[in-house]
Amino acid sequence: MNAPVLTREQREAKLEGMGCKRKRVEDIRFTQGKGNYVDDLKLPGMLFGDFVRSPYAHARVKKIDGSKAEKVPGVLAVITAETLKTVNLAWMPTLAGDVQMVLADGKVLFQNQEVAFVVAVDRYAAADGVEAVEVEYEDLPALIDPFKALAPDAPLLREDLKDKMTGAHGPRKHHNHIFEWSMGDKDLTDAAFAKAEVTTKDIISYHRTHPTPLETCQCVASFDKIKGELTVWGTFQAPHVIRTVASLLSKIPEHKIHVIAPDIGGGFGNKVGAYPGYICAIVASIVTGKPVKWVEDRIENLTATSFARDYHMTTEIAATRDGKVTGLRVHVLADHGGFDACADPSKWPAGFFNIVTGSYDFPVAHLVVDGIYTNKAPGGVAYRCSFRVTEAAYCIERAMDIMAQKLGMDPAEFRLKNFIKREQFPYHSALGWEYDSGDYHTAMNKAMEAINYKGLRAEQAAKREAFKRGETREIMGIGVTFFTEIVGAGPSRNCDILGVAMFDSCEIRVHPTGAAIARMGTKSQGQGHETTYAQIIATEIGIAADNIMVEEGNTDTAPYGLGTYGSRSTPVAGAAIAMAARKIKAKAQMIAAYMLEVHEDDLEWDIDGFRVKGLPEKSKSMTEIAWAAYNKPPPGLEPGLEAVSYYDPPNMTYPFGAYFCAMDIDVDTGVYKVRRFYALDDCGTRINPMIIEGQVHGGLTEAFAIAMGQEIRYDEMGNVLTGSFMDFFVPTAVETPNWETDFTVTPSPHHPIGAKGVGESPNVGGVPCFSNAVNDAFSFLGTKHIQMPHDYWRNWVVAEGLGLHK
Amino acid sequence: MAKAHVKMTVNGKEVESLVEPRTLLIHYLREHLNLTGPHIGCDTTHCGACTIDMDGKSVKSCTVFTVQAEGASITTIEGMANPDGSLHALQEGFRIMHGLQCGFCTPGMIMRAHRLLQEIPNPSEDQIRFGIAGNLCRCTGYQNIVKAIQYAAAKLRGETFAEAAE
Repeated sequence: MNAPVLTREQREAKLEGMGCKRKRVEDIRFTQGKGNYVDDLKLPGMLFGDFVRSPYAHARVKKIDGSKAEKVPGVLAVITAETLKTVNLAWMPTLAGDVQMVLADGKVLFQNQEVAFVVAVDRYAAADGVEAVEVEYEDLPALIDPFKALAPDAPLLREDLKDKMTGAHGPRKHHNHIFEWSMGDKDLTDAAFAKAEVTTKDIISYHRTHPTPLETCQCVASFDKIKGELTVWGTFQAPHVIRTVASLLSKIPEHKIHVIAPDIGGGFGNKVGAYPGYICAIVASIVTGKPVKWVEDRIENLTATSFARDYHMTTEIAATRDGKVTGLRVHVLADHGGFDACADPSKWPAGFFNIVTGSYDFPVAHLVVDGIYTNKAPGGVAYRCSFRVTEAAYCIERAMDIMAQKLGMDPAEFRLKNFIKREQFPYHSALGWEYDSGDYHTAMNKAMEAINYKGLRAEQAAKREAFKRGETREIMGIGVTFFTEIVGAGPSRNCDILGVAMFDSCEIRVHPTGAAIARMGTKSQGQGHETTYAQIIATEIGIAADNIMVEEGNTDTAPYGLGTYGSRSTPVAGAAIAMAARKIKAKAQMIAAYMLEVHEDDLEWDIDGFRVKGLPEKSKSMTEIAWAAYNKPPPGLEPGLEAVSYYDPPNMTYPFGAYFCAMDIDVDTGVYKVRRFYALDDCGTRINPMIIEGQVHGGLTEAFAIAMGQEIRYDEMGNVLTGSFMDFFVPTAVETPNWETDFTVTPSPHHPIGAKGVGESPNVGGVPCFSNAVNDAFSFLGTKHIQMPHDYWRNWVVAEGLGLHK
Repeated sequence: MAKAHVKMTVNGKEVESLVEPRTLLIHYLREHLNLTGPHIGCDTTHCGACTIDMDGKSVKSCTVFTVQAEGASITTIEGMANPDGSLHALQEGFRIMHGLQCGFCTPGMIMRAHRLLQEIPNPSEDQIRFGIAGNLCRCTGYQNIVKAIQYAAAKLRGETFAEAAE
């Protein structure tokens, strides 16, 4: 019986390639509770490690006595910095070129810093042991306010650096100073400001927050003394980097280290770096000869592993009276906490913050970033962000609103007037980037029409009059944002992590029956790589996505890659997939030509195979070609059908978007209601619209949280005030607004499939949009810039300050 | 530490163990019974990743001692699939409507939704949002979780959820 002949559309649909809303393959296991996360792992004889942590933000550690703890039933060992010194691991290098204590060595620099590691038979016994460790501290004055860090009499935090006045990024000008980083032309910018008709200058702060994936950071380390091999399962967004760093630190040869990242319960940047828990678990396994598990709890996660943001940005814009920007000047005070453990490409101490000129055609700009130490947790990770792009977008999008207000211009009109025009791409920004492609006016106009921007402004004007007449106690704000991101790090000429260039990789192996496996250097934490990567391959080489398995996270089998963060998976690994697939396609074409007895040039690609030009009935499907590749290859051609690609991108990609928010705030209670939130994203070619929308929903919810209350706050003694979900704002389904999504498509000209990346866009664009809405609501009452986060209480305080409660 | 004897029904099977009296139910399920579907996402009973169904109520198993479950009937995500092995309407709904990403909150979220639909078979969007407010998700923004639950509610009532066709 002959198989029914399928139409072209049916053949295409069967592949479930790029552009289709393919349902996720991951969900089969996740919806049945069959995910495989680190804490699910149980090995014979496995021990459990737990930390003794410092109650002080800044103190000298006089004495650590673990003798009572060692007598607690089930406790096997108490590891301190002294133990770690015997293997030269009391300190570890950070991604930012600093060093960080693994366990307190003489002093502590932030509350909940790791002081000792208790190893026991299970997590209960470990917790008992932690209680029994006695530590003697001598309290030191804590430095919490970043604006006081560089005062001459500020307390000395890093005694280890006291005499080192040059750091990883050049000279240090104070004992609490880490680096100064500058970009742009200072003289030209100063000149632009000297002759400016209108200028603004404001301190725009982006508060400290935390990525908070629902699964905390955790690992299991298992050292096999006989083979001299170390296996580490962990929550690693970048497993290969962890392997290389583990090898360099432990001196175990890299081929004898097996790093495995199983399913990861959300990352958002939290799981890029290396933490003391990983090192301690590894050392404990080497010492005890048993597997050791370390799982941080939520309080530890919020207070010790990697905060995000904490940028204080003095921002100046110069403009003409009719609303053309002529210059941008930004100084950032970057609070890095006790150690500089910022997760940026090594040459970029402030990440890609120099994207701060945003979507606007600034002729000149100058940027200076000063990194400083304080008695707070280390980190500075990119929370759903490509290395400080969120901070930059917030900075410029708030500043543009402030300038529009000063000029008396509508903020959308002001943006339209200053956008980089479509014909200016590729565009060279004043701070050194080459934007690949964009069509900002089209996106902005589409968004304004979709949200009925004019109508909203008219409604707001009426509502303001009603408010002034005392007829309502509600004020209405409209948030306008147009962001440009820079993602896909990155070209090896300027992007590396500790010297490892930031390429990424894909290896595709087509089996004889035409099914395939793809192995990747990236690592999904919920992004759905197993689903979307297969779609790229399906379109490229005509194998149905259901017949392609995507595997990530096992460093023994995956090609070397730099992992998933900074929206780099699609721009870099997605490109590697296309390139590997094209290598396969090229070989397949040779095989098909042999099978069809024609010259290669006489063949053309047709959805799922090759056909002879002009003779469409003469064709060979990829399935047939795969069989022949193994069993009847053309003479002289080696059998098999597989390829690997290491892709070093020529440039970053520059996704952009137009976001609008309409919000009402009750001035008597500070309670806000988000009426509408509309997000238009342009991420170039769209691989799976369902997943893109899901990414946008999730990122917007994170942005909503950050802008409206999610904060890591300290008191003046350095106590963390928001160290659990009791105080740290994670929105529930009740507070979270409904999201409206939309798109335009401006492909990246240098990317093999034109895709740009989208996962982080909503966090980047969402935060300024919410903040601009709150600021816009209050602006007619005389406010200029209200700092985030905008929770109910702070909104009430603003209203109180404006005398609205009299 | 003297151990306590516990006996309960988990996913239709009787189980019996000796546990330390302080053992939390979530650790008993995950580490003694190897039911690793329920997860641990916080220490303060806020996140709901550990939600199970116990004697007809949604329970956060991180805040219950195993000994408190003596004699109880418990369902975890592992007990949700239909007897023939096919996905339960909620499991299917979460997949069809893209109601999950990293999957970490999903088992708790589905167990909570399961009980919610017993309580209110045809819930409004507000009732769903309020009904799952004890379960946090960091990935999806809840919109598609709401739709997933609407999908399942419709299917369990023998109807079709309009948006599922997309």
